[in-house]
Amino acid sequence: MSNFFFARSQMAMSLAFHIIFAALGIGMPLLMVIAEGMYLRTREPVYLDLSKRWAHGTAILFAVGAVSGTVLSFELGLLWPGFMGKAGAIIGMPFSLEGFAFFTEAIFIGVFLYGWNRLSSFWHWLSGLIVAISGILSGIFVVTANAWMNAPAGFKIVDRKITEVDPIAAMMNPASLHEVLHMTLAAFVATGFAVAAVHAFFLLRDGTSLFHRKALGIALAVAGFSIPLQILSGDHSARAVGRLQPAKLAAMEAHYRTQSGAPLLVGGIPNDATRTTAYALSIPGGLSFLLANHFHARVTGLEEFPEGDWPNVRLVHWSFDLMVAAGMAMLALAVWSGWIRWKREPPADHPWLLRALVAAGPLGFVAIEAGWVVTEVGRQPWIIYGIMRTQDAVTPMPGIAVPFVAFTVLYVFLAVTVFFVLRRQFLETPGTAPGPSPN
Amino acid sequence: MLDRIVAICMLLSLILYALMGGADFGGGIWDLLATGPRASRQRQAIAEAIGPIWEANHVWLILVVVLLFTGFPSGFAAMMTALNIPLTAMLIGIVLRGSAFIFRKYDSESDAVQRRWSTVFGIASLFTPFFQGIILAALVTGQIRLVDGQVVTGFLAGWLTPFSLACGVFASGLFAFLAATYLTLDAQDQPDLQDDFRSKAIWSGLALAPIALGVLLTSKQDAPEMFQALTCWWALLLVAGTSLFAFAVLAALWLRHFALARMAAVGQVTLILVGWSVAQYPNLVTPDVTVQNAHAPEPTLRLLVLALGVGAIVLLPSLAFLFHLFKGKESRESRSQS
Repeated sequence: MSNFFFARSQMAMSLAFHIIFAALGIGMPLLMVIAEGMYLRTREPVYLDLSKRWAHGTAILFAVGAVSGTVLSFELGLLWPGFMGKAGAIIGMPFSLEGFAFFTEAIFIGVFLYGWNRLSSFWHWLSGLIVAISGILSGIFVVTANAWMNAPAGFKIVDRKITEVDPIAAMMNPASLHEVLHMTLAAFVATGFAVAAVHAFFLLRDGTSLFHRKALGIALAVAGFSIPLQILSGDHSARAVGRLQPAKLAAMEAHYRTQSGAPLLVGGIPNDATRTTAYALSIPGGLSFLLANHFHARVTGLEEFPEGDWPNVRLVHWSFDLMVAAGMAMLALAVWSGWIRWKREPPADHPWLLRALVAAGPLGFVAIEAGWVVTEVGRQPWIIYGIMRTQDAVTPMPGIAVPFVAFTVLYVFLAVTVFFVLRRQFLETPGTAPGPSPN
Repeated sequence: MLDRIVAICMLLSLILYALMGGADFGGGIWDLLATGPRASRQRQAIAEAIGPIWEANHVWLILVVVLLFTGFPSGFAAMMTALNIPLTAMLIGIVLRGSAFIFRKYDSESDAVQRRWSTVFGIASLFTPFFQGIILAALVTGQIRLVDGQVVTGFLAGWLTPFSLACGVFASGLFAFLAATYLTLDAQDQPDLQDDFRSKAIWSGLALAPIALGVLLTSKQDAPEMFQALTCWWALLLVAGTSLFAFAVLAALWLRHFALARMAAVGQVTLILVGWSVAQYPNLVTPDVTVQNAHAPEPTLRLLVLALGVGAIVLLPSLAFLFHLFKGKESRESRSQS
C-alpha cells in the first residue's frame, strides 16, 4: 500500500476521531449552560448538580478535542504540504479566526470549570454562555475552510499561479452556508441524543432519580428541537451539492446515467463497470423531485464525468444512505418523545421510549461520521474541487504508515480511556442529588 | 511591512507560549521529578497552579501555527515537510500531556491510577519541549535546503545535530526553571513547598548556564549563520542582558523576592527568544525561506493583521480576567481561606 494511502488514512482517522470531540465540544457547553440557567431560575439544587456533572464531562471532552485539534492543524502540513503551501493564504483566514474563537473558549472554560466559588452565579453562567457561543463559532470557521475545498472561490489562476486572493470571498464560498448549518445542527443533534441515551440508561435502572429525569428532559429538548431543522438543512444541502458538485451528488445517489425523471435509489449495490445499481429500492422520479421540485427534471449522472474523476461510488452512496437512515430514525424518536410530551406525560415514565433512546445514543455520531465520509470521499479525487488533486498535495515523506499506526493506537487508547473516565463521572452520580451549596 | 508585522505577532505568540504554555510543561517536569516527603503535595500544588489556565496557554501554539500557515504558507509547507519526524513526536507529546492531565483529575483517586497518569503527564511534559527546542534549532542550522520551493535535503537534515539536541535540552530545562520560579509564588501560603520550589528553581537555573554554553559552542559548527549573528556587538549586548536577567532571577530567589524573581524570569525568557529571532531574521528556514519570499499575498496579510487587532481586543481583556481570577492577589487569599 502506498504512502498516499496511509496519508489519507491518517487524515481520515484523525478527523473521524476529532469530529466526535468537536461536536460534543459544541453541544455539551449548551447543555451545561441550560442546566445552570434553570438553576438560576428555579434555584432547585438538582440543576446545579447537573450543570456540574455535565461540566466535568465537558472538561474531559474539551481537553481531548483540543489536543486532537492541535494534531490536525499540524497534519494539514505534515500530510498535505502541497495543499497548504498553495491554499494557506486563501483559507488561512477562517483558521485564524477559529484560533481566536477557540482561544476565547479555552479561557472561559477555565473560568467556568474552576470559577464556581469565585464568581457570582450570573457571571459564572455568562462565562459558560461564552464557552458555548465561541464553541459554535470555532466550528463555523473550520467548516467554512472545508466548504472552500468543496467550492473553491476567492482567487484566480493565471499561468498556474494563484492571484487576486480574496480571503473573505473564499470564506463566503457557495458551500459555506449549507455546510455550516448542517454541521452545527449535527453537533446539537448528536450531543442531545447521546446524552439522552446516557440518562435514559440510568433511568431504566432507577426511574425515580430526579437528577436523571431532569437531565433527560434537557437533552431531549435540545435533540428534539434540532433534528427536524437538521432534516430540512439536509435537504437544502443536497440541492446545493447537486448544483456545486454534480459528480458528488451523483455518487451519493448512485446515479450513473443522466436522465429526466430520475428515480431515487435507496441502498443497492452500485457497479461502476455496468453503470447500474442492483437491488436498490427505486422511487420513480424521486431524485428529480428532491432536487428540482418536479418529477421530470433532468439530473446529471456520473457518466458525464471522466471515470478518473469519480469518487468511490459505493462508499459514498452507502454512507449517504446510512446518514439519512440515522437521521430519519432520530426524527421518529423525536416525534415519539414530542407526542408523549404533548400528552403532558414525562418521557422518563415510558420504558420503551427509554430503551429506544439508549439504542439510538450513537446514531447522531454515526450520522456525523457517515456524513463526513460523503463530504470528503465524495470530493475525491480532488483536494480542492476541480483545481488540485489530492495525490498532488501529499507529502514526499516516506513511511507515513508509521505515524498512521502510532496515532491510531494512541487514539484508540484515548477513546477507551475517555469512555471509562466519563462512565465514572456518571456512576458516581447519586440517585437523588444532594444540593451542593451555591457559592 | 505587513509581512513583518505578522512575523512580529508570531514571535509575540511564541514568547507568550513559552512564558505560559512552557511553564505548564515545566510544571509537568517537576511533577515527574517530585520526590521526598512532600512529593504528593508538590504535585497537588502544580496541578492547582496550571489547572484553570493550561488550556488557554496551549492556544498560543495554535496561534503561532495558524499565523505561520496563513501568513507564510510556503514556509509552513517547507517546515512541515523537512521536520515531519520531530513534529510528529512533539504532537504525540502534546496529546499525551493534555489527556493524561485531565484523566488524572477525573479518573479514580486510587494511588495506582493517579501515579500512572502522573507518569504519562510528566514524561510527555519533559519530551514535548525537548522536541520543540530541536525544531526551532533545526530551522537555523542552514542544513534544510529548498530548490524551487521543494525540500531537497530529506527528512533528517538539521534536527539531529548536537546543536539541535542541545537546544532541545535547553528548552526543557528553561521551562522547568520557569515553572519552579512561578511555583514559588503559587505556593506562597505553604512555606515548606515554597522552599522546595525555590531550591528547584535555583538548581535548575544554575544548570541552565552550562547548557546555554553548549548551545553556543555547538552553534559554531552546526549553525554558523546563527553563531555569527550571535557574536556581533548588538547580539552580545542581548546576551549580556539575558545573563543579567538570569543573574537577577537567581539573586531574587536567593533573597526570597519571589515576585521579582518571576518578573526577571519573564524578562530572561523574552530576551532569549527576541535575541534568537533577531539573529534568525529574515530567515524562516535558513537560508532559503525568508519572511520576504514566503509571505502570503497582500490582501491576506492585511486581513490577518486586522483580525489580529480585533482578536487582541477580545482576547487580552479575557486573558487578563482569567489570570486575575486565578493568579491575582485575591485569588490566593480566597484559596488560603478555603
